[in-house]
Amino acid sequence: MSSILLVNHVSKTYQSGSKSLTVLNDINFEIKPGSSVAIVGPSGSGKTTLLGLCAGLDGASSGNIILNGKSLDQLSEDERAAIRNQHVGFIFQSFNLLPTLTALENVMVPLELLGKKNVKPQALELLEKVGLGDRIHHYPAQLSGGEQQRVSIARAFANQPKILFADEPTGNLDEETGAVIENLIFNLNKESGTTLVMVTHDGELAQRTNRILKLKGGKLADDSQQNSNISNSH
Amino acid sequence: MQNISWLLKMAWRDSRKNRSRLFLFMSSIVLGIAALVAINSFGDNLTTQINSEAKELLGADVEIESRNPIPDSLRQFLSELNIEQSEELSFASMVYFPNTGGTRLVNIRAVEGDYPFYGQIVTTPKQAAEEFYLQNNALVDQSLMLQFNAKTGDSVKVGDLSFLIAGEVNKTPGQSAITTTVAPPVFIPLSQLESTGLLQTGSRINYKLYIKFPEGVNYTTFFKEKLEPRLEKEEVRYDDVEERKEELGDAYSDLTGFLNLTAFIALLLGCMGVASSVQVYVKEKVQSVAILRCLGASSSQGVWIYLIQIFFMGLIGSLIGAALGTVIQYYLPQLFKDFLPFEIELFISGFAILQGVVIGVITSVLFALFPLLQIRKISPLKVLRASFEPEQKDRMKYFVFFLVVLFIFGFSFSQLRDWQNALVFTIGLILSALILFGVGKLIIWLVRRYFPTGSSFVVRQGLANLYRPNNQTLILVITIGIGTALITTLLLSQDLLLNKVKMSSSANQPNMVLFDIQEHQVNELTEMTIADSLPVIQQVPIVTMRLASLKGRSVDELKNDTTTNIKNWVLNREYRVTYRDELIESETLIEGEFQGEVQNSNDSIFVSLDKGLSEDMKVDIGDPITFNVQGAMIKTYVGSIREIDWQRVQTNFLVLFPEGVLEEAPKFHVLLTRYEDVNQSAAYQQKIVKKFPNISIIDLDLILKTLDEVLGKISFIIQFMAFFSIITGIIVLIGSVSISKFQRIQEAVLLRTIGASKKQIIRINLMEYFFLGSIASLTGIFIALLATWALAYFSFETAFVPNFGGALVAYIAITGLTVLIGLMNSRSVVNKPPLEILRKEV
Ligand SMILES: Nc1ncnc2c1ncn2[C@@H]1O[C@H](COP(=O)(O)OP(=O)(O)OP(=O)(O)O)[C@@H](O)[C@H]1O
Ligand SMILES: [Mg+2]
Repeated sequence: MSSILLVNHVSKTYQSGSKSLTVLNDINFEIKPGSSVAIVGPSGSGKTTLLGLCAGLDGASSGNIILNGKSLDQLSEDERAAIRNQHVGFIFQSFNLLPTLTALENVMVPLELLGKKNVKPQALELLEKVGLGDRIHHYPAQLSGGEQQRVSIARAFANQPKILFADEPTGNLDEETGAVIENLIFNLNKESGTTLVMVTHDGELAQRTNRILKLKGGKLADDSQQNSNISNSH
Repeated sequence: MQNISWLLKMAWRDSRKNRSRLFLFMSSIVLGIAALVAINSFGDNLTTQINSEAKELLGADVEIESRNPIPDSLRQFLSELNIEQSEELSFASMVYFPNTGGTRLVNIRAVEGDYPFYGQIVTTPKQAAEEFYLQNNALVDQSLMLQFNAKTGDSVKVGDLSFLIAGEVNKTPGQSAITTTVAPPVFIPLSQLESTGLLQTGSRINYKLYIKFPEGVNYTTFFKEKLEPRLEKEEVRYDDVEERKEELGDAYSDLTGFLNLTAFIALLLGCMGVASSVQVYVKEKVQSVAILRCLGASSSQGVWIYLIQIFFMGLIGSLIGAALGTVIQYYLPQLFKDFLPFEIELFISGFAILQGVVIGVITSVLFALFPLLQIRKISPLKVLRASFEPEQKDRMKYFVFFLVVLFIFGFSFSQLRDWQNALVFTIGLILSALILFGVGKLIIWLVRRYFPTGSSFVVRQGLANLYRPNNQTLILVITIGIGTALITTLLLSQDLLLNKVKMSSSANQPNMVLFDIQEHQVNELTEMTIADSLPVIQQVPIVTMRLASLKGRSVDELKNDTTTNIKNWVLNREYRVTYRDELIESETLIEGEFQGEVQNSNDSIFVSLDKGLSEDMKVDIGDPITFNVQGAMIKTYVGSIREIDWQRVQTNFLVLFPEGVLEEAPKFHVLLTRYEDVNQSAAYQQKIVKKFPNISIIDLDLILKTLDEVLGKISFIIQFMAFFSIITGIIVLIGSVSISKFQRIQEAVLLRTIGASKKQIIRINLMEYFFLGSIASLTGIFIALLATWALAYFSFETAFVPNFGGALVAYIAITGLTVLIGLMNSRSVVNKPPLEILRKEV
């Protein structure tokens, strides 16, 4: 397989009443397995929209997206959910943990959805890795923002995804905590050889990826390759 | 099935933080289920008891009944079969209590020998039931004893004879307190009946023969082979044990069926509460479901997690309801004791409990499906942004609605055992919910449209709270409204009935009827009446007769012809006929010509028929009818048809003869008069009963008293059932207050932060609940007025005079209760420091 993600002439138009708003206009790119990509651009340029389309959370108005060899527009909502469960991981700006589940249970959910048995040790190990081995029975409301984001990172890596989508993972955190989270993401990414697609406003963070896609006014304004040390490292 | 176990696990995990709320949702169905289980268990108990006690209820193996004396040939036949017999003659008559001077129309039961063969007449003192046969003794119903302040050992006069009261009757086989309220029994020995002088022509006597089979015979074969063929040949009615079981069983399953439907209404209200709470619950769960969808859960998995929670809460709620219902069941005999002909032995009915739990789970899940279905449409995109998505039309919703309607119909059918009535109930229920929904919506819209922008901050804020997001105003209006409507309708229609009776006696209308007057008593009675300054408003001769033939075909022929469509009552009944030469006020001629008099004995006789009777007889003007007037055949023709206003206190007659035909026939008279006060009536009745003991008197006072008593007993039961609906409405209210608690806390904190005082916040809440309670109770009262008007117009056919006083009391009570509960629930919101609450609730 030459690419994990192929975005082919993708446009997205929102219809509100009689007005239509084109948010993404004929986007094309391709991402190699194991690489890391940052999507940058001004607010409202369509970064989140693009990420959502790539992960199969929404359908494109035209064009098609091929994720891990499967054309998303030919799949039903539930089939896309199954692909997300098997191959995709998520990290969100606002953490998005299930508030009624403990940290441990939150990490276990993707594994359980896969139908795996005896998933607790694996989830525990992941929580140890993000440094929360002693907080496993706490509910999200009992954790700080940084701690919550660490749980969500552990959850994102739980199903050993082929590709990980992150939407401003450090956006809600202070600089210091943000740095810890960044390191965690990159380290785990390196360890497991996952592809990383990350939306960020943080220039420094973008610099740590292999490639930066710049969106402007719904168009791909710039596509620059940079140090490929990460993708080459295995 | 790994999937199911994961769903169960997720449902359980997710419920941990929501248990108390989930439980609150379900508490709204607890009372509905409790009522259902209690009524059904009780019904189960009743059926068992009827089946095991049928003989005791009948007092015999078979009861034979006739309007004429039981033929000796039949008695002879029974004796030859070694069947024991006990005879009873019963009829209405006045009794007189010399000690207090009281008089009243009662049911005289002259009995002999060993009746009852099974069970017993329960008396105080105990031995009175057996000893009274031996002497000139009587047994008097306990309510009569109480009414006339009579004691054992006093005397009571029946006809010409004085009896010693040997004891009071507490219970007779097969009779309930309600039947004895209407016609209180006085037992006398059959051997003494002759000497009372009451056995005269014209008295309507009911002859009964209680029989007991010889020892050792098989009941069914003996009855079917030896007895029934003979009884069928006689002009008698008879009830065997099986038939009595069936009659009683039917009567009580009608009763329990009706009560079950009221319980069901409470349950449905509770379920609407559940649906509305779950709606709010689901809105809070949108984010969680979106995350799960992101992680790869399918849309149906999302629904299942919450459906499982609702299922278990429904199960727990139903189990608690069933337990409560089983407890309530033990208090039901108290409630129904006046309607039951026996003391009931209670047992726990497993079937009723199972039925209640199954119904509870099904209804709660069905109703919760409405909001739960929205979960399927939650997009995982919600995780990325709280995007606004236009609500999609969901065809599944119509399907669920169809299921709900089907279920309601199925349930009402199982209770009413008649699909037409079940359909009427189902449609009526949906219609009244729609009316409530519409009226509630209208009132809310009106308040919003004419919002008092000029009023104080507190009033405006309180009103605005009714429109807060996730508000449950409408559902509260519906649940509290239906409860209010039920109770108010009950009170108003009870009033209506009593008023109707009272009104019928207004302004010169007669309010006392004397009947069974013998021919030779007429003149003296008229004089006595005038001497007591009572007007003789009407004095009518009555001749009893039966139908002999109709349009040339004999009654027997018609009875055997199944194609005629002539109603049986027309052929079988005893006609009480009068004759006069003019129509009276309550009659209108609608067809033919009224003949007032027959001049020559050879002339044709033209009678006048009631419109309904002519329709049921299938006769027109000119058709011949022959009457059997106590042996003499009289041929007549239909001369005219009258419409009769049955609402008036009048002596109205289905068949009216012209003068000059019946003058010589054996007859009795009826006299109508009017008294102005109760003392006058009592004195007059006393004189009549002493002088003419065979004359029976019904006065309006007695009817009112009896009606009031009977209605009181019935409405107490219905109120008890309606109570479940009201309480359910209150629980739904409590639930909705708790659901909005977090929102309320935030608002209160915000208001206090910007400087509102505790008092102001309490006042805002007070206003909110005041408006809510007002809208709900006014909607309910509006519907009750509508329903009572419909009842007055269609059923009672009387003028509707709304009782605004009663409506006002209902309004104040319900609104007050709503405010009280609302304030109690939101107390914790204002009484704690803002910060503490915020921490605790998150
Ligand atoms: N459902 C929708 N209907 C209409 N317009 C939408 C909808 N969702 C997003 N948009 C619009 O699409 C544009 C792109 O939104 P998007 O969230 O992708 O931007 P972004 O690049 O992620 O911005 P930010 O950096 O602020 O997160 C915005 O102008 C937004 O208003
Ligand atoms: Mg964004």
